[in-house]
Amino acid sequence: MQWETVIGLEIHAQLATRSKIFSGSATTFGAEPNTQASLIDLGMPGTLPVLNEEAVRMAVKFGLAIEAEIGHTNVFARKNYFYPDLPKGYQTSQMDKPIVGKGFLDITLEDGTVKRIGITRAHLEEDAGKSLHEDFHGMSGIDLNRAGTPLLEIVSEPDIRSAKEAVAYVKAIHALVRYLGICDGNMAEGSLRCDCNVSVRPKGQEAFGTRAEIKNVNSFRFIERAINHEVQRQIELIEDGGKVVQETRLYDPNKDETRSMRSKEEANDYRYFPCPDLLPVVIEPGFLDEVRAGLPELPGEKRARFEREHGLSAYDANVLSASRELADYFEQVQQVCGDAKLAANWVMGELSSLLNKDNLEIDRSPVSAAQLGGMILRIKDNTISGKIAKMVFEALAAGEGASADAVIEAKGLKQVTDSGAIEAVLDEVLAANAAQVEQYRASDEAKRAKMFGFFVGQAMKASKGKANPGQVNELLKKKLEG
Amino acid sequence: MHRLTLAQIARGLAAKDFSAVELSEALLARIGQFDPQLNSFITVTADQARAQAQAADARRAAGENGALLGAPIAHKDLFCTQGVRTSCASKILDNFVSPYDATVVEKLAAAGCVSLGKLNMDEFAMGSANESSHYGPVRNPWNTECVPGGSSGGSAAAVAARLIPAATGSDTGGSIRQPAALTNLTGIKPTYGRVSRWGMIAYASSLDQGGPLARTAEDCALLLGAMAGFDPKDSTCVDQPVDDYLAALNRPLNGLRIGLPREYFGAGLDPRLSDAVMACVEVLKKLGATVREIGLPNMQHAIPAYYVIAPAEASSNLSRFDGVRFGYRCESPVNLEDLYKRSRGEGFGAEVKRRIMVGTYALSAGYYDAYYLKAQKIRRLIRSDFIGAFQEVDVILGPTTPNPAWKLGEKSSDPIAAYLEDIYTITANLAGIPGLSMPAGFVDGLPVGVQLLAPYFQEGRLLNVAHQYQQATDWHQRAPEGF
Repeated sequence: MQWETVIGLEIHAQLATRSKIFSGSATTFGAEPNTQASLIDLGMPGTLPVLNEEAVRMAVKFGLAIEAEIGHTNVFARKNYFYPDLPKGYQTSQMDKPIVGKGFLDITLEDGTVKRIGITRAHLEEDAGKSLHEDFHGMSGIDLNRAGTPLLEIVSEPDIRSAKEAVAYVKAIHALVRYLGICDGNMAEGSLRCDCNVSVRPKGQEAFGTRAEIKNVNSFRFIERAINHEVQRQIELIEDGGKVVQETRLYDPNKDETRSMRSKEEANDYRYFPCPDLLPVVIEPGFLDEVRAGLPELPGEKRARFEREHGLSAYDANVLSASRELADYFEQVQQVCGDAKLAANWVMGELSSLLNKDNLEIDRSPVSAAQLGGMILRIKDNTISGKIAKMVFEALAAGEGASADAVIEAKGLKQVTDSGAIEAVLDEVLAANAAQVEQYRASDEAKRAKMFGFFVGQAMKASKGKANPGQVNELLKKKLEG
Repeated sequence: MHRLTLAQIARGLAAKDFSAVELSEALLARIGQFDPQLNSFITVTADQARAQAQAADARRAAGENGALLGAPIAHKDLFCTQGVRTSCASKILDNFVSPYDATVVEKLAAAGCVSLGKLNMDEFAMGSANESSHYGPVRNPWNTECVPGGSSGGSAAAVAARLIPAATGSDTGGSIRQPAALTNLTGIKPTYGRVSRWGMIAYASSLDQGGPLARTAEDCALLLGAMAGFDPKDSTCVDQPVDDYLAALNRPLNGLRIGLPREYFGAGLDPRLSDAVMACVEVLKKLGATVREIGLPNMQHAIPAYYVIAPAEASSNLSRFDGVRFGYRCESPVNLEDLYKRSRGEGFGAEVKRRIMVGTYALSAGYYDAYYLKAQKIRRLIRSDFIGAFQEVDVILGPTTPNPAWKLGEKSSDPIAAYLEDIYTITANLAGIPGLSMPAGFVDGLPVGVQLLAPYFQEGRLLNVAHQYQQATDWHQRAPEGF
């Protein structure tokens, strides 16, 4: 039987506010346990929450970016359950009236087609703390630093049909929240985590199959593997005559498998009700206008502009707009050198391989946009050839000079454009290869074309790569034909 | 000295008739002498009181002359007090020493009040007899066989017995007004949002409101003026200037329109209380008020609505008492579930458990619409009843309670009978309007209270009417024998 996979994702994005959603505590990651937990975060008797307006602003930014309706009246609700890292015994979240309503995000698939993924809603809530089970001699430790960190939970429609699409969607959300500056996107630190609702159905069937939810997957690679594994598990289960049960599962990256956490029957009744300590948040049209006016250029807009303004191909524009940092880097290079095509080639070529090799993000690139742009300028004005440029780039990457000019100067890589000097080199090369010259002159046009490259190569070698290739071509042709 | 009201104390301190230290010492001695009969204090903070009194005298010597500078009070034990046990009269918080002060505590301390300690109450403010305290019941100074009312029963008993001139209380369904009525005091529940709830341990967040209990309306005005005001730490606190309550006291009552809700005078009201209320109305008429009957038709649904909403909120508010971070933890838990079950099972008393279970049930999937949502609808109806009534009248007047104080243990086996004692007070909490109870006579030697209700933020009007009434009557000046 042919099976179709149906996936819906719930992404938790930690909002990059300086303080928590309901208290003034800092949200910095990695501090000593419980040093960023105020009376409120500890759930001390008598304490009350006060909403951080910045979290609302960030959620609204996201809503506007996915063209969603923004709730006029926002109600926070309590989700009641007991857990040691949930200090109040309830999580303050949103239920009936989320801040962000229906919207969508377009994703580009591997084959270049664009697919629209519906977003059901996105709501604000507070994160819980962490239970630490190591080093306490049979007891558990509680770290409440993370308790109260603002989260935006982004719920997609079940529009996703494969693990690869799921990854493309999460990457698009990741890029978007970073573009908006509302989440640092650091998945290793848990700033962006993903619950995957996965089901399968026979191809052509309308009704959804029973879904399982895989909790808290925190890397692109694990999302793909967890979903693929779960799809396989469900298909095998059904084909063996079994039934998928609705349950929560956990992905174990070490064993590459998902296992059951709890079934629907064991699920909590969260007893949601409006939080009486927080008044409904009314979002006025003026606030929306203000946030809208402050929105940065979004990935889709940037992609279109790169094609339009810089004449980039759709593929190049897509790659270069994938992250705001990469796009900014590219545009800086372009501004310095004034050549979008060369800038794009260098950023996507040499620079990308350099970063990949050392596993670096663009903001930690050893070659700055100004350095790269300056180097491309020297290619354009014939100071160096493309081949020498690679040497210059490597030297810049190794920190061997403050600028391309400094490297060129120090290493004497300046291209020779003095035709007298080039002619002298050519004369030497031709003299040293008299036999080949004879052969060349005796050959027909086709053969000559092939041999020409040999002389160019010899000439470049003799000039240690510094001779201007254009001039070498031109003068060489004259000498051989003449 | 113990017979002085706050206003008299202010004049005495200003005239240097006595010092704050002398006054506090005298009252601490009285607490030591009389409180064993009443059990109104959970914690007496004598050392802290002496230090605060000395500081107040020093501030006065340095030229300050605030009306509350050196005034002795005590706090209901649900207001968090830094460095002092804050128990909510519950075993679960018996070992809880608050790391911070409630806004009310902070504001009164800043005004110069001297806190003599923490007052007994019903556990987590759940009750109307002050019989559910982990520290034992409080007795009514007017008859120590009787309850003082609740939940601010310790506050009421201590002030009525002249152990302190005034106290803080909190009112979720009548917990200031009902004990004030049963002990011959004046107590005011302000408009919801008038007094900060920061540091006031929550029972039902959408209904809870702090306020003062004292022997006169004037003293309530003094204290409320210092307690009220916007607090950025409480999102439900209203950012609106506080009226000058003292200045409002002396307005004449000419033309005051009083509404008597017919629903308040039906079956269930002790006819002797009804007579006392009508006598009070006659006095107010002589002072220039006009009286008309009004209707509050949805009042009949108030108790069921309250006993859904308040327990629902409480069931969630009390989840934080789990034995993990503070408060009571059971002996040697074997696992997490055992820790939760036994810490809470052993830490909470019967009434608190009853309300947590009722609230949990009301919020459960499948019951939410039938209970919680319906109760919220009733709440809106009750609010619109009041808004409608206040189109026609300035204040609403009626009995505070259907009966005078009852004997200890008389209603403790019948929670419904106890719940019905709140029938006249609960609507003000559901609507969020301010309400005041004032002394209006006696039945069998037990005090009778009259309740006044006013539109939002008209606390000044309530204090004004009560003050004018107290200028014309002396019920409020009567003291219980033996104290």
